[in-house]
Amino acid sequence: MLEIEIDGKKAQVPDGSTVMDAAQQMGVYIPHFCYHKKLSIAANCRMCLVQVEKAPKPLPACATPVTNGMKVFTHSDLAVQAQKGVMEFLLINHPLDCPICDQGGECQLQDMSVGYGGMKSRYQEEKRVVFHKDVGPLISMEEMSRCIHCTRCVRFGQEVAGIMELGMANRNMHSEITTFVGRSVDSELSGNMIDLCPVGALTSKPFRYTARSWELQRRRSVSPHDSLGANLIVQVKHDQVMRVLPKENEAVNECWISDKERFAYQALNSDQRLTKPMVKQGGEWREVPWNVALDYVAHGLKDISREFGGDALAALAAPSSTLEELYLLQKLMQGLGCGNVDHRPRQQDFTSDGKRVGTPWLGMRLAELNNLDAALVVGSFLRKDHPLIAQRLRQAVRKGGAALSLIDLSADDQLVPLHARLTVAPSQLAQTLAAVVKAAAQQKGVELPAGLENVQVCEQAKAMAQSLIEGEKKAVFLGNAAQQSAAATQLHALGLQLAQITGATFGFLGEAANSVGAQLAWALPTGANARQMFEQPRQGYVLMGVEPEFDCANPQQALAALAQAKMVVLFSAFKHEPALAYADVLLPMAPFTETSGTFVNTEGRIQSFAGVVRPAGDARPAWKILRVLGNVLDLEGFGYNTSEEVRDQVLGGASEFATGLDNGLNGVTLQLPQAGQGMERIADVPIHFADPMARRAPALQRTRDAAAPAARMAAATLAQLGLQAGDLVRVRQGQGGAELAAALDEGVPAGCVRVAAAHASTAALGEMFGAISVERA
Amino acid sequence: MFTAETLQKFDREVAKYPADQKQSAVMACLALAQEEKGWLPAEAIEAVAHYLGMPPMAAMEVATFYNMYDLKPVGKYKLTVCTNLPCALSGGYHAAEYLKQKLGIEMGETTPDGRFTLREGECMGACGDAPVMLVNNRSMCSFMLPEQIDKLLEELK
Ligand code: SF4
Ligand code: FES
Ligand code: FES
Repeated sequence: MLEIEIDGKKAQVPDGSTVMDAAQQMGVYIPHFCYHKKLSIAANCRMCLVQVEKAPKPLPACATPVTNGMKVFTHSDLAVQAQKGVMEFLLINHPLDCPICDQGGECQLQDMSVGYGGMKSRYQEEKRVVFHKDVGPLISMEEMSRCIHCTRCVRFGQEVAGIMELGMANRNMHSEITTFVGRSVDSELSGNMIDLCPVGALTSKPFRYTARSWELQRRRSVSPHDSLGANLIVQVKHDQVMRVLPKENEAVNECWISDKERFAYQALNSDQRLTKPMVKQGGEWREVPWNVALDYVAHGLKDISREFGGDALAALAAPSSTLEELYLLQKLMQGLGCGNVDHRPRQQDFTSDGKRVGTPWLGMRLAELNNLDAALVVGSFLRKDHPLIAQRLRQAVRKGGAALSLIDLSADDQLVPLHARLTVAPSQLAQTLAAVVKAAAQQKGVELPAGLENVQVCEQAKAMAQSLIEGEKKAVFLGNAAQQSAAATQLHALGLQLAQITGATFGFLGEAANSVGAQLAWALPTGANARQMFEQPRQGYVLMGVEPEFDCANPQQALAALAQAKMVVLFSAFKHEPALAYADVLLPMAPFTETSGTFVNTEGRIQSFAGVVRPAGDARPAWKILRVLGNVLDLEGFGYNTSEEVRDQVLGGASEFATGLDNGLNGVTLQLPQAGQGMERIADVPIHFADPMARRAPALQRTRDAAAPAARMAAATLAQLGLQAGDLVRVRQGQGGAELAAALDEGVPAGCVRVAAAHASTAALGEMFGAISVERA
Repeated sequence: MFTAETLQKFDREVAKYPADQKQSAVMACLALAQEEKGWLPAEAIEAVAHYLGMPPMAAMEVATFYNMYDLKPVGKYKLTVCTNLPCALSGGYHAAEYLKQKLGIEMGETTPDGRFTLREGECMGACGDAPVMLVNNRSMCSFMLPEQIDKLLEELK
């Protein structure tokens, strides 16, 4: 520890602290632009100059290490004069166009010039002009003359996003921030640069000129977009969501959010919102009052259950529904004598149901990810499925030298150096993980688990096993694709084996915002699961927040089952074409911004939130709709007054972290699946198609991540089929097909074709990881 | 993109640094690329970046920072005149003015016959010989008073 005195206040700070660190620890404010606690030190803005005793000239606080007994003055004449001087220099080439600048009112340069600048500019000469840049649909770089060259945006790209897309070209007064010859910024974390930019150089394109920061109310919320549960500040004007920003929570999202979380709000204000209950009668859709719609639903469901039994019904909810919604849906269905309830529309292998010891979860806290020494992630499109978990793992590698290995289905660039990687066909996932288990058993000299005798071990598998054995803190995770694969339970069992042999922690990278919460809310089948409920078609379906054509493991099968049903009730925030064909009743449900509720994130953290705006039109929170439905149906136990009552009943008073989290598995024997035959499909769920809001956010839909799916294949596969990149091909699965452009992607394993799920152009296809045929169209 | 010979020279530069710090060779490789192409088109910069496993924008930062790299095609002879302070105090500006007049072009421009390009340069570490000029980044000319300039242009005709 070192002793330091700042402005007469004494404190002890850890060795290696800078004066800026010490000041922050002591609550002393030192003005700064380029310094940011999550980025490396650049010390290029000089705004943080302070006087240090015995130093002949002012020193930058952000880059000056504390020495024992150091005395610092932040308000002395020398310091104030230095700060004033820097401020004057910074403003020399700044356009001073605050009245027409989007950053006005929340601009650090503006605040700082009021606090530390002079009253008047002495600069009379011509100012420089920097040409605007177009870097895509999210970040506006219209007024680059405002840039003060702090390089925060550049360092963010290099250090946090993992890809340097912006850089500073030229030098001295000609310096400018730009991309490589006018390319777009495509990182899934790019929006954070807007927050980081201390001036109005980088601003939000969708938000531009729609509101002033002081007109906005700030309300807290929680992201429904992935299993991390990022904390959000939703900014509201006239009961409309205008903008979404991160709310800092070091334990969860630090100070970042993904672009999806930042820009998906555009869907909330779109004309695609469903704002009135609608009923289809005689093939005609009619808007009806709530009581009519709910009576209709209650009667329909009751009739089916009376006539054919509760098993003729089924309910499927999106795993991003709130805890309260899932619990009440499950309770409603149980009340109708139906146990066919599920929240896992993309899952195919349900053999672990009834064999799991507890609720599957990450297996550790999110913050622990940064301190891992070794990690193996199996079956994940890591960056796009879990942008901020990927970011934490990136930091573990960058700062802690962790060994990160992947067993995946496509060798997409994860923007982090990998220790080892095996990219294999979906049918090979289990074999490949088994190879790592075997290698670990051999290296450790422990007995080989039964069933792995014939597994081949390769060098990469050995390297993975070795890193897991050597590290002190280590983990094995299953990603979305692993959980969605036909061998999910085998992968689960193998993962546990590997963890046990190497002493690693085993966990799941949760698929959706409330994957953990849904299990706690008992939204699990006692009858047919998400697959069976469509395999054996039912008479009546209740769908909540899912769009089966995009969200189901096998949309073809789901749509066929829905088409033959007597009654399909859809709770949805959006009106959408396909639903008009298969649904009979549309109930407008409130999205997360318009309802109270709770998500339990992948580390088991319970995060409740309140609605931030009133529901659009006649939309209502789904937990209220379900409550009224329960009452109309005369079911027991639907007398809740608030969503908190529902939550407390489900969680039994647990407040910060859920209880009952356990990844253990009982009674599963290892039985590796046979190698697949013929072409296999690899279906990722592209980041901006993954949920109903993102699908309808215009800016996100214009990004590169939202490009229409192609049939991506390795050169060898293309050659084998006699195709060339760019050729139009017809891909087929079962009865359905799609016409797509063939594309060259060396990251796709041979004998596989990557065709994304969750997009209109591929909705007619079947299983995400099933057999597929490809031919010239 | 590059000839085998150039690639071989790249390798020689890369070999001077530890394997995980390949990008330290960026300045040398950009110079070699420019030698081969005559100037540095964006594709060449990107190819160098890929060769060294660094982001293209990082290579672009280097290429735009140093003024010996030519981001536009240049004439057969690129004349870089030092106009930094010590030279400026001892005739650097006059040399520059004289050249502009003589060649009928501004700084950064190339003569219509494609023979000469004029550039303003930064201190070449030869202030004592001011005014100084550099021909094609390599040959240094000292004490460039008008007669010397005339002589040089005559030689290069
Ligand atoms: S654009 Fe903004 S963040 Fe980037 S260097 Fe300029 S002022 Fe800093
Ligand atoms: S904050 Fe210290 S130099 Fe910029
Ligand atoms: S100033 Fe011209 S060579 Fe130094």
